[in-house]
Formats: sequence, structure tokens, C-alpha cells
Amino acid sequence: MRLPLFLTTIHDWLYSMMPEIWAKIVEMVLIAVGYLAFFAVAGLFLVLLERWIAAWIQLRRGPNRVGPGGVFQTIADALKLVSKELTGTIKADMFLYNLAPYFPIVSALIVLSVLAFSSTIQAYDVNIGIFFIISVSSIGVIGILLGGWASNNKYSLIGAMRSGVQVVSYELSVGLSLLTMVLLTGSLQLSQIIEVQRTGGWLILQGHIPAIIAFMIYMIAGTAETNRTPFDLVEAESELGAGYHTEYSGMKFAYYFLAEFINMFLVAAIAVTIFFGGWLSPFGITDHIIWLQPVWFLAKVGGIILLMMWFRWTFPRLRIDQILTLEWKYLLPINLVNIVIMAIIILLGWTL
Amino acid sequence: MERIFFYLFASIIIVFALASVMSHKILRAVIYLLFSLLGIAALYFMMDYTFLGAIQMAVYAGGIIILFIFSVLLVHHVEGELEQPTMMRRLLMGSASLLGFGVVISIILNHNFVTVNASAKSTEVSEIGKGLLSYESGGFILPFEVISILLLAAMIGAIIISKGRKNV
Repeated sequence: MRLPLFLTTIHDWLYSMMPEIWAKIVEMVLIAVGYLAFFAVAGLFLVLLERWIAAWIQLRRGPNRVGPGGVFQTIADALKLVSKELTGTIKADMFLYNLAPYFPIVSALIVLSVLAFSSTIQAYDVNIGIFFIISVSSIGVIGILLGGWASNNKYSLIGAMRSGVQVVSYELSVGLSLLTMVLLTGSLQLSQIIEVQRTGGWLILQGHIPAIIAFMIYMIAGTAETNRTPFDLVEAESELGAGYHTEYSGMKFAYYFLAEFINMFLVAAIAVTIFFGGWLSPFGITDHIIWLQPVWFLAKVGGIILLMMWFRWTFPRLRIDQILTLEWKYLLPINLVNIVIMAIIILLGWTL
Repeated sequence: MERIFFYLFASIIIVFALASVMSHKILRAVIYLLFSLLGIAALYFMMDYTFLGAIQMAVYAGGIIILFIFSVLLVHHVEGELEQPTMMRRLLMGSASLLGFGVVISIILNHNFVTVNASAKSTEVSEIGKGLLSYESGGFILPFEVISILLLAAMIGAIIISKGRKNV
């Protein structure tokens, strides 16, 4: 693992303090705590951002009471959720009911560890990077299915079934659109993918037309996989109450909620890594300043997240048959043809 | 440390496999099976077979377990419990599985494993891809094509079954 300077100091200090095995364990715990802190802060901030943007698009004021401009609003919400009583139904399968919220949040956290925040901040640079992300994130949906079933509530069950169908279908499109871009990089490792873009320009430029098609498909499928509007019929309030988390309260509800926002961050972060050069600056203007790398990365991720929040207030919700038609009859065939086009373009050397 | 983690994962696999067989509720059994499969994936990751580990997670945990959950969701109610087998059956099945376990264990203990001294290296995905498509010795083109024909047949079968007989 490669570390930035101030972390290297801590690393050396730890190893000088105690035997190697303990230093390793302490280091692992420290890194995990760091990621958890980032996870919580990013989740809370994204909820706040969502509300601000919703208010801005709908021409109202949004959260503005707690703290300057309402910045502490979600922290107050989180404190309220922590202190809330955990209510549940007696007739639920208690073991599965309590277990279910942990699946989405744990799988999201594991995926977070693979992301390259800069050339030095990456917890686990595994050589199958993208495939690892796809396989781990496929476990998250189990939590939704279990939560809906174990609640012993018909609306929850319908919400869970819808979510399962939707996520399992759109996973295909996410995987295939990323595969299109992997053709360009020739590697699945995230650090390698970014390294390819340092010399040849961002992949969305290198692959031009098929890359842009792949990006559009990725954004549609990514929005669907995070169960966000216009694909949020998992929790269509008018039909299903709150969908699969109707019976959840307090922190268990918060886990689902937080996982949803972290998944949005992950979708945006993967899009940035694959299509927009990760932590690289545009045209390499500040590539020699290392501490700006995470700033660029987070700025790009912010841009994509803004786009996803914009979708929410632009498109009306789809029906379930429309969602499945969109995936199986449009996105999947387009995607398969797109891969072939990309392969031909690379074979002919027509990349930019 | 590696040894500690190995025993940790191994005990997770065994405990959840037993729990999966002994559970009275079907969806709980499925979830115990999921943990058992994830434990196997963890062992692969520990051996640096990241590709195999990720396949294990994507195919078994993300694919097959979700299919199991779907079928349970459609068929079973949350309060439903599995029928308990009779004592006779339990004894019969228990002794049969003990016999199988004994055979496997005796083979493993008596087999003369060759120690490999080569340094551990993680497999590149490109090597796997080339191995799958090579028809020289050590290549896997024949099994690869056979499996693809099997999958194609399964897909056509699924389409025909779900379409019903009237359109045939």
C-alpha cells in the first residue's frame, strides 16, 4: 500500500512502537475507522446536499434553521434517529429483520475501500478492481429483499420484489457498460485505469462515440441500481407506504437510508474513475501537486452527483413494466452492439 | 496471523453450513448458506486468488442466493416452518453424511500433497482470458465452448417454458 507523507510518519511510528503483528492490526483498525468516518460524514453531507438542491430546483428555501444556512440539519436528524426507540413488528422473523439493514451498508463500505481517492490514498488496490466492485455490490440487494420479506408486511414484500427485479436487471447494464471501457484500458485495476488516462486523455474522450453511449447507459443503470427517482418505485409512497423499509425505525432505517446515499456516491465515483480520469486534473494542469488530487476527485464526483440529483426533479417515475422494457429491450441490446463497435474502433486504431 | 484468519474463516464456513442444514426456517437456511459461501470467498481472497473469490461472490452470493431468496419470497410465508423429519430418517441421513465425511477425510489425510515452493503471485485477468481461449495444451477452449452451449440450451429452454405451449 502506498501512503501520503503524513500517513507514512504515523505508519513508521506505529511500527517502532510495538511488535509488527500488533502494529499491523492497529493500522488496519485505524484505516477502517478513517473510512467509516468518511462514510458517515459523506452520507450526512449528501442528504443535506440533496435537500438543498431539491429546494433550489423547486424555488423554496430548504433546510435553513439549524446552524448557518442549515448545515447542521442532517446531524440533528441523525442524532434524533440514534436516540429513537427501535420499534418493530412482533410477527416478523426477528433474526433476519435485524440482520437485513447491515447487508447494503457493509457491501457499500467494502466497495469504498477499493476506490482511488488519489495516487496515494487507496486502501485495497486489487488487480480485479472493477470486477470486485461489481461482485461485492451485488450482495447489497440481499438486504433489501430480506428486509422486505422479514417485515411480514405485504407492501414491504412488494417493494422488495420490485427492487430485486430492478437491481438484478440493471446490474447487467452497469457491468457491460464498464466492460466497454475496460476494452480501452486493458486492465481492471483502478490505479492502472487512471494511469492509462494520464497519458492518453480521459477515457470518455479516448473512446469518443461508444464511450459516450456507454456513459449514458452507465448513468441510467447506475441511477436505477441505487433505486433513485425516476426508478424509485421500490418505495413509491403513493402505492407502497415506504416500500421495503416501512417497518424499520431509528438507526435500522438510517442504515438503509445512509447506504442509499453512499451507493449514489459510489456510482458517481466509479463513473469518475472510469470515464473522467479519477483524480487526474483536466489537461494535467495541476498533476504535480499531490494534495490537489483528492480535491479534483471529489469535485468531479460532486458534479456527477449533482447530475443524479437533477434527474430526480426532472423525470417522472416509471412503471415497473416500463423499467423492465427499458433494460431488456433497449439498454441491453444497445450495450452489446456498443461493445462490438468499441472493439472494432480499437482494432482499427480510431481512438483519440 | 494468516493461520488465525484461516481458522476463523474455516470455523465460519463449518458453523454456518451446519446451521444451514439444521435450521427450521427456510430463508434463514438460505442466509446461513450465504455466509458459508462468503467464508469460502474470503479463503480465496486470503490465498490471493482474487478473481476466483470475486467469481464466488458474484455467482454464488450475488446470483444463486438471490435466486433462492426470490423463490422463497414467492412461495413461503414469514411464519412458515419446515416439516420436521422423523427420528429414523435423521439417524439414517446422519450416518450417511458421517460416512461421506469419513471417506473424504480419509482421502485427504492419506493423499500425499506436493509442496509448491513457487512464490505466491496473483493471477492476472488477461492470463485467465487467454487460458480460456487457447487450444494448445493447458488451454480451456473445449470446456469453455461446451459450457456456452449448455448455457444457450438453458436460455432457449427457459424462453420456451415461459412462453407456454400455445405459440409453439
